[in-house]
Amino acid sequence: MSGLFDDLRDLYQEVILDHGRKPRNFRRLENADATARGDNPMCGDRIELFLKMTPDHHIAEAAFQGRGCAISTASASLMTEVVKGKTADEAKDLGAKFRELAMTGACPDCGAALQDDMERLAPLSGVHEFPSRVKCATLAWHTLNAALDGTKEASSE
Amino acid sequence: MDGVTSAPFDVARIRQDFPILSQPQARGRPLVFLDSGASAQKPRAVIDAMVRCMETAYANVHRGAYRLSELATDSYEAARTATARFLNAADTREIVFTKNSTEAMNLVAHSWGRGVMKPGQAVLISELEHHANIVPWQMLRDDKGIELRVCRVTDAGELDMDDLERKLADGKVGLVAVAHMSNVLGTVTPVERIVALAHAHGAKVLFDGSQAAVHRRVDVQAIGCDFYCFTGHKLYGPTGIGVLWARLELLDRMPPFLGGGDMISAVTFEKSEWAAVPAKFEAGTPPIIEAVGLHAAIDYVTAIGMPAIEAHERSLVDHAMGALSEVPGLTLLGHAQDRGGVFAFALDAAHPHDLATLLDRAGIAVRAGRHCAEPLHARFGLDNGTTRASFGLYTTKEEVDLLARALTEAREFFK
Repeated sequence: MSGLFDDLRDLYQEVILDHGRKPRNFRRLENADATARGDNPMCGDRIELFLKMTPDHHIAEAAFQGRGCAISTASASLMTEVVKGKTADEAKDLGAKFRELAMTGACPDCGAALQDDMERLAPLSGVHEFPSRVKCATLAWHTLNAALDGTKEASSE
Repeated sequence: MDGVTSAPFDVARIRQDFPILSQPQARGRPLVFLDSGASAQKPRAVIDAMVRCMETAYANVHRGAYRLSELATDSYEAARTATARFLNAADTREIVFTKNSTEAMNLVAHSWGRGVMKPGQAVLISELEHHANIVPWQMLRDDKGIELRVCRVTDAGELDMDDLERKLADGKVGLVAVAHMSNVLGTVTPVERIVALAHAHGAKVLFDGSQAAVHRRVDVQAIGCDFYCFTGHKLYGPTGIGVLWARLELLDRMPPFLGGGDMISAVTFEKSEWAAVPAKFEAGTPPIIEAVGLHAAIDYVTAIGMPAIEAHERSLVDHAMGALSEVPGLTLLGHAQDRGGVFAFALDAAHPHDLATLLDRAGIAVRAGRHCAEPLHARFGLDNGTTRASFGLYTTKEEVDLLARALTEAREFFK
């Protein structure tokens, strides 16, 4: 018995399933320099994000806790990996580009500087075909903005 | 109506009445629509009746001194008569048209709750309520100093009747407001027993019939309740129209909900006098075309026969209980003795939203989340929500089998 879901491998690539099952940096950071909570009230997804900054204002460490679907968990997990070492502005810029990728499936203005990061995030681009799931992929990035801006709370609604 | 013998229930023939079920779908798979509990599909009879109204008999009601307006008024009031008959109401004036059941419950919370109940009294709801039967009472509580009590639900998903009785015991409860059928657990609540207990303790009773009125015959006089609500769009009718039934003497005592045209008998800048029931509660131009659609929907299900619909769904429920119990890793929420065709479940390997996306690919439309019943999901420790399949009169055993197969495959996909 096979085949009902074969064409969904584009959305649920192995990377997503892997990060969804075993999220990286899935822990609370004690003495975090910035934190924020992200909620998706429609589906109950919720994450808490923790950031530690270096003295020269780069992200030293990012970690998260929470609950959510495979896509939101994988997106948060990948995000904590790629934002490490970035300044707040760099991280926010990457987030804006990622949101474009999630909504359209492409990011024409990403440029060479972001190429490596965008390649890591590319497995999530499949969500653009599922409008109701885009917010799952972007919740972590909204939360990142909230943490960096000090607004503490974000919603992907 | 009960004495009429209806034709044998032929689901294949019934499916032909619903144009959407034969529409080509993405990826060429037939539509397996298992979200009727959220909103049901529409039969040709409803669609045609609404089109016919707009094409041949449409004007505003209750005011035009011309033939077309009289025709429209007749159609609108005929819908009220049909609705009264559908619920076996004692008097047609007991039917108030609203926007949906949410508005009907807000109407009661506003007009009965604020207008008639006294501070210090309590409203008793239950853990299995839809937000529409929680939030209006919270607003009433905060506004008027009414206490809000919540009857517990057992692990099987039934109302804890001992708890209900305990919470009625001090005589402070002025209104018991519970669902006739849960939109998550499928539980059908014991309405006659609830009424007997509540009335014995001096409380009125409201039933949210949004789910139940679709699946079984509702006789408000036999049930003995004081308020009953349902909505058109779940009963194969259009959106934009709901129904509040209430005893005439209660409606007479209640102040209006919304103010405007059609609900007054005289207006000066100093004061207005209210129109008689039910116009008092129908401010502004009502949902005329929607009432015509609701009338057609009521005629449609009545012609098939509510007992026949109930029997079909009972056999589907039995079939689904068997088929779903064979899906590995599946936890079904709610094991009430008396339950209808609503199945909320959690699959160990997949989050409800991931599961709904997969099922969508198989052409199966289900709902994922907490189904406007967040406290109930918290009660069962399912903060991630559930995936819900809900049946309509057009649902087949083959569709249930496909769901079970898809769930089994989905689990493999995520493992």
